[in-house]
Amino acid sequence: MGDTIEKVSIIISKGSLDGIYPGLIMANGARAEGIDANLFFTFFGLDAIHQKRHDHIKISTVGNPGLHLATWAGGLPGVSSVMTHYMEHKMEALDIPSIPEFVEMIADTGAGLYACKASVDLFGLSEDDLIEQAREIITVGEFYDMAAGGEIIFT
Amino acid sequence: MPTRTIAGATVDVNDEGFFTEPEQWNEDIATELAAESGIDELTPDHWKVLEFMRSEYFEKGTGPTVRVLGKTSGVTVKELYQLFPKGPAKMAAKIAGIPKPRGCI
Repeated sequence: MGDTIEKVSIIISKGSLDGIYPGLIMANGARAEGIDANLFFTFFGLDAIHQKRHDHIKISTVGNPGLHLATWAGGLPGVSSVMTHYMEHKMEALDIPSIPEFVEMIADTGAGLYACKASVDLFGLSEDDLIEQAREIITVGEFYDMAAGGEIIFT
Repeated sequence: MPTRTIAGATVDVNDEGFFTEPEQWNEDIATELAAESGIDELTPDHWKVLEFMRSEYFEKGTGPTVRVLGKTSGVTVKELYQLFPKGPAKMAAKIAGIPKPRGCI
């Protein structure tokens, strides 16, 4: 392997705002550099491509020491919504797209968006629940076939 | 700082081949750089993107990211990737003769 990256396969496994954005930013950034990118959404990360949920992704305020909130405060009703709103406001000021817009943009860059079959089965979902840009529901084996020869990034 | 000769002109570039003095750029240079990157012919859409990138650079001091290009240049993100398959941010900035845009999104 040379000193350039030709392909990345990024796994998004978490369903919180802070769990989803990093993988999206890495995928989008890869495409902008001319690197092939595939996104594989598994477990709660599936929410990022779930039609009814991808516009309601929240930041995790419980068990998230990075927020520097008292543990008890993070669990109070509404705190997660308020923090999410605050974060979205800051992101908008920096012109960072919302998750639905970002996912659509990444699909437009030619990156592949795939859903994990085990997770889709576990949550009782079907292709109809996913956004149209999600190309396919694939198995972990198919994921490895697709990722062959590139880098795999788990988030 | 390295220099290189493109279309008969000697220009200043960085280690990655991006222009450090965008004023040294001209359209013949763009055509030659495009051919080097595998674009045989620069279409009017290519020029639209290149000119937009240059005007943004001179106005703001940094080239636009793909997102900004898609929102404001009149060329969609999908089309940008068709025009510049090896990554619009990298490829278009190089051909447009401006430093590589530093945005993350």
